[in-house]
Amino acid sequence: MNATIQPAAIRKTFTLRATPERAFQVFTAGFGGWWPRTHYVGDSPLTGAVIEPRAGGRWYGEHEDGVERLWGDVLTWDPPGRLVLAWRLNAEFAYDPALLTEVDVRFTAVGDGETRVDFEHRGLERFGDSEAAVRTLGMMDGGWGLILDSFTSAANA
Amino acid sequence: MANNLAFAALADPTRREVFERLAAGPSAVGDLARGLPVSRPAVSQHLKVLKEAGLVTDRPDGARRVYQIDPQGLGQIRAWLDRFWDTALEAFKAEVERNDDEEPKAP
Repeated sequence: MNATIQPAAIRKTFTLRATPERAFQVFTAGFGGWWPRTHYVGDSPLTGAVIEPRAGGRWYGEHEDGVERLWGDVLTWDPPGRLVLAWRLNAEFAYDPALLTEVDVRFTAVGDGETRVDFEHRGLERFGDSEAAVRTLGMMDGGWGLILDSFTSAANA
Repeated sequence: MANNLAFAALADPTRREVFERLAAGPSAVGDLARGLPVSRPAVSQHLKVLKEAGLVTDRPDGARRVYQIDPQGLGQIRAWLDRFWDTALEAFKAEVERNDDEEPKAP
């Protein structure tokens, strides 16, 4: 009855004023430093966020209640050029070990001490369909809009 | 194959804009064209490509056709994730370059 959709991978490309080594370092070891504190799973506020530095390592949030909530794991650990993470949060933001969507980040040296970042989040068709998911996203939209606004303000300050 | 088609369909910035607008809610061609700097036939053409790629569906509504992203919600999840990553990667970029600026450098 409903049309099937094959959503395109999300792709982002941008350039950083930093070396690939530094970009990879900040993305991984410094993950907790830049990951928005407002983006987390569950009811307990986020206190940190971790990408363990090896293939097979865990990718998770640390919370005020002391519980670590898993988001996925490291599929490819190849510093400083490439990092592939498994995003295993389903459309209702619950961890599902059977779900595999891939977050692929490549760091390529360009020009004078700059790095091009090629980001891709693919496999989105595996989220499947879910009315609850749509409701969840609808509720959270306002929240993300506010976050985006605060970033814009900070950038323009 | 289908994925490649979908990706190509969203590669065009105007087409992407059309898709993102539909993510906010179903619309007819005329309504979509009103807010975009392109002609109504151009918007129709973009919708045709999006439809062929399986990213949007359409249905008759009286004399006009109303377009919407797929009713299963994957398009909405995608649109949400797209904005989400914009936010997260902007924060990542800021973090990388903020620390970079700790070394003496004219602002």
